[in-house]
Amino acid sequence: MQWGSASEFFAMGGYGLYVWTSFLATALCMAWEVLALWRRRAAARAEQRAALLGGTDETAA
Amino acid sequence: MIWSKYSAPQAFYPLAGRLIPWFAAVAVILMVVGLYMGFFVAPTDFQQGESYRIIFVHVPAAWMSMFLYVVMAIWAGVGMGLNARLSFMMAQAIAPTGAMFTFLALLTGAMWGKPTWGAWWVWDARLTSELILLFQYAGVMLLRTSIDDVRRADRSSAVFALVGVVNVPIIYYSVQWWNTLHQGASVSMATGSKMAATMLMAMLIMTIAFWMYSIAVILARVRCVMVERESLPTWDEKPAAMPEAVEAR
Amino acid sequence: MSHSSMWDSISGIIRRDLLLAMRRWSDAAMSVFFLVIVVSLFPLGVGPEPAVLRTIAPGVLWVAALLTCLLSLSRVFTPDYLDGVLEQMVLVPQPLSLLVLGKVLAHWVISGLPVVLLSPLLGLQFGLEGEALGVLVLSLLLGTPTLSMIGAIGAALVLGVRGSGLLVALLVLPLYVPVLIFGAGAVTSSMAGIGGEANLSLLGACLVLSLFLAPWATAAALRIALE
Repeated sequence: MQWGSASEFFAMGGYGLYVWTSFLATALCMAWEVLALWRRRAAARAEQRAALLGGTDETAA
Repeated sequence: MIWSKYSAPQAFYPLAGRLIPWFAAVAVILMVVGLYMGFFVAPTDFQQGESYRIIFVHVPAAWMSMFLYVVMAIWAGVGMGLNARLSFMMAQAIAPTGAMFTFLALLTGAMWGKPTWGAWWVWDARLTSELILLFQYAGVMLLRTSIDDVRRADRSSAVFALVGVVNVPIIYYSVQWWNTLHQGASVSMATGSKMAATMLMAMLIMTIAFWMYSIAVILARVRCVMVERESLPTWDEKPAAMPEAVEAR
Repeated sequence: MSHSSMWDSISGIIRRDLLLAMRRWSDAAMSVFFLVIVVSLFPLGVGPEPAVLRTIAPGVLWVAALLTCLLSLSRVFTPDYLDGVLEQMVLVPQPLSLLVLGKVLAHWVISGLPVVLLSPLLGLQFGLEGEALGVLVLSLLLGTPTLSMIGAIGAALVLGVRGSGLLVALLVLPLYVPVLIFGAGAVTSSMAGIGGEANLSLLGACLVLSLFLAPWATAAALRIALE
């Protein structure tokens, strides 16, 4: 273990800004991608359901 | 053969759905392990100090960006050769994730370059070819979105993806050549220090984690693409027509 | 197919396209004027310092040649696409890639060759002289056909697509990077006294590679567009 304290860990030997920006950007991009997929999936399913329900109505009528 | 059975979208859709949680779980576990090793086990680099820890996201992102482009081109080529819908859908699903990793590789590369070389950007062969790779991902995706006819969009972007596969290595070597000619930058990417085994281990674990993440995300996206394109609700394991089944997920 | 009939079909296409271009000569003239204007803008922007101009000359001239080729790409296939000739080209017994080769060569004669012929004059504007001027002409002579070859792939891919003008630039410019590097590099290294031979032979290699691969890829893209 090379970190004496939490603040030492976050400082990253003076390179904290660069290191944490990199990791944070990666985490944000991945989270954003997963979230966007989640919403895309929900939208696709809603549309599909609407089309399907509309379709059954037509055949019933 | 089992693969021919799953090459039909109807069979692949539920299979992908079952596989996603596994790949996602492995990705999360490996990321936790990799980050722990990267931050707490791997020693401080004696030349670069703590800034080198950026490679635990930078190198995996850069590798995935190139690997995913090749995989996308292979799917595109298979799609062209066998005229298989699923292959084109896979190629379509890979592009955004590949572009994201290319962007991340460039961003984290700049974050690493600033403290290491004193410049956010140098016209090094790797950086330049990564930038061109981003343009090619953009080209593949923009070509697809500008063509309304799905069949033509599939095949046109496949041709461009395949042409791009020839282009990237040529650019890599041409920029390397160009740099030796100019000798202006005089920065070599090769770090003189030998990597400690734990550093390498953490990097490899993060790479596998990113790989598993990519598979999970791409499978999820290809399922979306299938639903959007074909809207065949009977594919799903649960009948999507039932509102409660949709809400429950 | 015999050798002579292969050549006949290529030369037939070239003759036809050149004849059509001669009737619409103002199109070709416009791209030449574009080149001259773009190149002339740089000294006005950068300043008249001869040393600076000489340093940027290879890059400026090559980027301008790239853009000129790019702007004329829409003329390769679009007219034939609009009046239906292209659909018949797909159907004739001659291989489509050969006809494509003919069309691309004609495009080069119309839009690439004027650039090559004009380049010594533009090089003089930037203070290039002697060997560097010769290498510039030679590099453009080797490089501009490659630009037309690669550009044809992009032009075929965006045929009839909305917003195709910008899209073709996005697709084609990344593919032009190696040619730009070798082309401008040849001139730069000859100015530096190293001699441009290595870069010129790499340009030649690019040309050979594109001559083999590009017509084939373009033909595939055309078939997709015409389906």
